[in-house]
Amino acid sequence: MTETVLEIDGVSKSFGDNKANDAISMTLARGEIVALLGENGAGKTTLMSILFGHYMPDEGCIRFSGADLPPGRPRAAIHAGIGMVHQHFSLAPNLTVLENVMTGTEKLWSLRSEAGRARAKLKALAERFGLAVDPDARLGDLSVGEQQRVEILKALYNDARILILDEPTAVLTNLEAETLFGTLKEMARQGLSLIFISHKLDEVMAAADRVVVLRGGKVVAERRAAETSKAELAELMVGHRVARPIREAHERGEPVLEAAAVSVRIDGVDRLKEVSFRLHAGEILGIIGVSGNGQAALASLLSGTLARSSGDILLYGEAIGNLSVADTVASGIGRIPEDRTREGAIGEMAVWENAVLERIDEPRFSRRGLVDRAAAIAFAETIVRDFDVRGGGARTRTRLLSGGNMQKLILGRNLAERPRILIAAQPARGLDEGAVAAVHARILEARKAGTAVLLISEDLDEVIGLADRIQAIVGGRLSPPVSADEVDARALGLMMAGAWKKEAA
Amino acid sequence: MSIVLDIIASAGLWAAVLRIATPLIFGTLGALLCERAGVLNLGIEGIMTFGAMAGWLAVYHGADLWTGLLVAALAGGVFGLLHAALTVTLGLSQHVSGLGVTLFASSFSYYLFRLIVPLSGSPPTIEPFAPVTVPGLADLPFVGPILSAQTPPTYLALLLALLLAYVVFRTPLGLAIRMTGENPHAAEAQGVNPMAVRYGAVIVGSALMAVGGAFLTLSAFNSFFPTMVQGRGWICIALVVFASWRPGRALFGALLFAFFDAFQLRLQTAVDGVPYQVFLMTPYILSIVALCVMARRARVPQALMQPYRRGER
Repeated sequence: MTETVLEIDGVSKSFGDNKANDAISMTLARGEIVALLGENGAGKTTLMSILFGHYMPDEGCIRFSGADLPPGRPRAAIHAGIGMVHQHFSLAPNLTVLENVMTGTEKLWSLRSEAGRARAKLKALAERFGLAVDPDARLGDLSVGEQQRVEILKALYNDARILILDEPTAVLTNLEAETLFGTLKEMARQGLSLIFISHKLDEVMAAADRVVVLRGGKVVAERRAAETSKAELAELMVGHRVARPIREAHERGEPVLEAAAVSVRIDGVDRLKEVSFRLHAGEILGIIGVSGNGQAALASLLSGTLARSSGDILLYGEAIGNLSVADTVASGIGRIPEDRTREGAIGEMAVWENAVLERIDEPRFSRRGLVDRAAAIAFAETIVRDFDVRGGGARTRTRLLSGGNMQKLILGRNLAERPRILIAAQPARGLDEGAVAAVHARILEARKAGTAVLLISEDLDEVIGLADRIQAIVGGRLSPPVSADEVDARALGLMMAGAWKKEAA
Repeated sequence: MSIVLDIIASAGLWAAVLRIATPLIFGTLGALLCERAGVLNLGIEGIMTFGAMAGWLAVYHGADLWTGLLVAALAGGVFGLLHAALTVTLGLSQHVSGLGVTLFASSFSYYLFRLIVPLSGSPPTIEPFAPVTVPGLADLPFVGPILSAQTPPTYLALLLALLLAYVVFRTPLGLAIRMTGENPHAAEAQGVNPMAVRYGAVIVGSALMAVGGAFLTLSAFNSFFPTMVQGRGWICIALVVFASWRPGRALFGALLFAFFDAFQLRLQTAVDGVPYQVFLMTPYILSIVALCVMARRARVPQALMQPYRRGER
């Protein structure tokens, strides 16, 4: 066994009631690349922030080469040789590469910067690890991939022996990502140890020696990359959760929303590629996939905030052009956006204002051109009562509600109007189990009442529990639909890994 | 045409250019230092007024002229501390805080002045800085007489521009200041304390502004009156942009503006038939033109006017 350089021992961290990290233990050996795999909200970034000293752990400790690392002190982490490459770079575009790297590395009150010596050291590092970059280039003139190289060099310049990369490929093109993994392997070969955070199965399999899977703040599995498969990792990552409301058998109705080979292209990048589906009244169609595979584009397209590039959309059997947001409201399409605090509700406004916002021009909420507050508040109070929104009334400022209650408000705002179609993007993400069950029960009720629900989710259990039919979304493409009664988690894991594409080809 | 050439060839014009430029150099360097660290300091107009008053008052009460400058610098530093507390610690709007400081410092300086110096028909005066002759320089043809007409604070301003350029571009401290103005989060991640850097830059920058104001009462004139800064502070704010946040160019910009100003003064007396107000306007119009040409290429510090809060992105 090689020498262990880093040991995380029983680290826990809570934010309020939410246990982001729950007694996490893992090790890192010299010259090893470990992937930290998990869904959004699994606690990956929290763990790395503790490691780097941005957060204080509630419990547990971190040992670096056998010695305890003082918690909550970034300087100590840097000093011990831990370097972090954030997803959002910590760089100044107007300064040169060299200046970005040198900041903070010299005594503040020295009378002269040793720029010459720094340049030589930077060049030596760049050569040693194949990270070519011009030290005197203005950072803002570099490509994203080059900027990431500067971030890595910055850590190496501070003599990092452990490098943590937070979703390093999120901003890179495929080619840049390949180059990056080449560099990482070279660094490991030369004795550095690396942890990279990811939720992309492909790159985990390609680059890591060992994979640590995190779910709900806990380590659920650890595998050697050579001894596992994408399907197994997908299943481990999304897992199995507690019992939730059960879907009863139910006859589906006519198709209400259809997409035929719809593509969406933004800034030259295909977000959706020839996507086809048929959504019937009274059914739930689950779109499963690891996030970042086009879900956001699909939800935006159907919510009227994104235009399609090609293909046809049929609403209630009629071909329509691009939807506008007002159209969706007018044609009875309810929407639950993925990010409730940014798109779902306006935190600084009262609950009643959020409740009527998209219907404020309807006659029932206005009187002689003014808002009929009494009617609006009455409407909001109905939602608060019927959908069990707790933590405030119609006049409460919305941001004071917890995530679950805000979600119930958004759900209520849509379902109170008996929509014919509901586009629900990650409706239960980040909610505790109680709120999840409540949200699921409401969605099933809507189905029973004849609403067609498109459920976009990366939670296997949610999709298996709720959906009648399931399609996987991978790289902007949708798989053919399968009946939920005919698949298990393992088969869905394979679908999420893109197995159907090979069959088709 | 010969009038113009005559004016440009006269040593008197160039002596006036240096004299007019001095408070602008101090003020611009002060504002530049604040902005390099990411804080816009619109308190400059009031801080210059207060510096003019505080420096003058100290000398009027028996302090020597250098002590007067020091008193002005300290008073400016106090207002800098106020502006920093409002914008850095509390993260308030830098515009609003700066304008508040200007209104407060201008009014307060007149109030203090009136409290201490009774109203009288002719304003009380002090003995201001006298021109110095630097051996060697004074004997140079053409340049000699120009330099010999200058007082010590003018030399100080010229040296300061070079010093600040060195500090900003050649020392670790300067890099820390620039990084703080560009990306305080990155500065923090590399062990620089952006709050401390901003406090330091705003306090020292405000002290420089106040010294610029004090030049007016301790060198250019010999008495204080509340409206004497006359928008010089705002000119400095524009000069910082003109200079693309570089001290060397700030020096050049201040001299250029001073040249326009000195030149139009002489044109007023040399040319008949044109209302003098037209000439009064020219330096400002030319400044706007110069700003349009220069500032389009400027690289604004990316974190300018953004409050820094730890842990937020």
